[in-house]
Amino acid sequence: MIVPLFVAIPLGLSFLIPLFSKVSRRSGDLLTNLGTAALLVLSLYSIRLLSGGPLVYHMGGWKPPFGIVLVLDSLSLLVLVCVSVVSFACSLYSISYMDQFTSKWKFYTLFMLMITGLNGVTVTGDVFNMYVFFEIAAIASYALVAFGTEHEELEAAFKYMVVGSVASMAILLSIALLYGGLGTLNLADLSRKIAGAGDPRLLAFAGALFLTGFAVKAALVPFHSWLPDAHPSAPAPISAMLSGVFIKVLGVYAISRIFFNVFGVKPVYLNLLLFFGFASLVIAAFLALKQSDMKRLLAYSTISQIGYIALGLGTGTPLGIMGALFHILSHSTGKALLFLTSGSLVYSAQTRNLQEMGGLEERMPVTATSFTVGALSIAGVPPFHGFFSKLFIIIGLWQAQRYALAVVGILISVLTLAYMLKAEKHAFFGRIREELRGVKESPATMLVALVFLAALCIGIGLFFPWIVKVLIEPARDVLLKGIAYADTVFQS
Amino acid sequence: MAVYSACILLIGIGLYCIVVKRNLVKIIIGFAILEYAVNLFFASVGYRASALAPIVVDEARPVPSCVDPLPQALVLTAIVIGLGVTALMIAIAYRLYEKYGTFDVSEIRRLRG
Repeated sequence: MIVPLFVAIPLGLSFLIPLFSKVSRRSGDLLTNLGTAALLVLSLYSIRLLSGGPLVYHMGGWKPPFGIVLVLDSLSLLVLVCVSVVSFACSLYSISYMDQFTSKWKFYTLFMLMITGLNGVTVTGDVFNMYVFFEIAAIASYALVAFGTEHEELEAAFKYMVVGSVASMAILLSIALLYGGLGTLNLADLSRKIAGAGDPRLLAFAGALFLTGFAVKAALVPFHSWLPDAHPSAPAPISAMLSGVFIKVLGVYAISRIFFNVFGVKPVYLNLLLFFGFASLVIAAFLALKQSDMKRLLAYSTISQIGYIALGLGTGTPLGIMGALFHILSHSTGKALLFLTSGSLVYSAQTRNLQEMGGLEERMPVTATSFTVGALSIAGVPPFHGFFSKLFIIIGLWQAQRYALAVVGILISVLTLAYMLKAEKHAFFGRIREELRGVKESPATMLVALVFLAALCIGIGLFFPWIVKVLIEPARDVLLKGIAYADTVFQS
Repeated sequence: MAVYSACILLIGIGLYCIVVKRNLVKIIIGFAILEYAVNLFFASVGYRASALAPIVVDEARPVPSCVDPLPQALVLTAIVIGLGVTALMIAIAYRLYEKYGTFDVSEIRRLRG
């Protein structure tokens, strides 16, 4: 069976990397890249396997609802593909980039543990198991944010850790309440019992706790305060992982799985998502506009783009949900690309401050071109993939008769273009500064990672009808089927 | 009911500590209280008054009334996770003290905007 491998490969490697680090200094590079490449191949191969319905693996041979099940359906697969693509690019990028830091093998160990947690959350079909994987990913990310151990990194990590841990406690309390009230932990079984005879007061309280916990993890405004500190402080590959996939798996995926497939779609949840999405979209976009630290600008942009995803999910219409899922894919590749280019600037020009850059296009042509591709993708300029995902979301909002929100979505997309062009102008255009004349382009492996992601940004945009048909539509159908999710798990 | 109310009270105390206290160590203690409160709540969910341990001695005679063992197993896992989080928090607080020379969060403010 293929499903446990998504957890077993990174978990096993995170134990092997410390062992082999004593043998050779370069073993970590090799093992990590082999591991992420294997996960990428496995996730792409699974697309074909899923044509016959979701794959369900019973851990230890125990049938649901008694044992833990791993479920790989189209929604999980979409998220797994995003995680695999971004983590592959990040591991390639880390080969040279992480040479700036000491004890690289510790970085790789934590990196692999983080992937274990992310993949675990996506494939598990058990709510307590989900909490355990949540915490594996979260603890690894706290340590990775603090990896530089300078003033800012430690401060950001502590802040992130306290907020993140309180959110985890909200999720655990909610799990305890659900178990106390319904006597099961299996997601499919839980969904049946909730539909059968769930006490509405219990469900309202548990749902509120879940939504709070997941909204903190997804950094939706007003729960976003930790993100603009934590994401820029991490090393660039980790910023790319955190902004690219981490908040989507722990936040957006968890919200859609729990609220669409287990609790069942209710207008109150959709309205809350619309509210959070609107607040994130607008507030974070204006805050991004006034940043002068490049990574901080990108972090605020992430919050704003998560707002689009929440709005798309909140419409509850097929097109809106499809747009939200497509935006998960397009934002994860686009924002990972942007964070990696900002890492290239830090590596070569030794600065993150936009005021201290300028004219770097002539010294770093590949980085500059990749940044342009990423910025235009996130801003939603055709033919890049960000355009199509935003278009689906905005049409979805219009179809759901949320006309005002659709207009806001279009206006903020213009604002997105404005702050991306601001970053581009300050960093790459204009005359080069005297002290930056000696800057060299980054090492080859870093550039390969940038070109890989940039090619995806263009490729997904050009071939979007095919991507939508293969990846996005099956995932959308999982969410639209709602609590029929339980039947598919029990039947397989 | 009394146990549940106590748990809610403890959760409130923990959250109060985290939000109001300015000392890093006190924030960590607040988080520990919050975590224990949630664990206590989870363990008490499986409790039954005057019930036995769910151990089958004689297969012919099943235990008539037993406590639910599953929450206890889950809480053990949650405690171990909590240990990891708390240890990492203390390690980061220690490094912060080395860098800033203080545990006061109002003086550890380089990041803003």
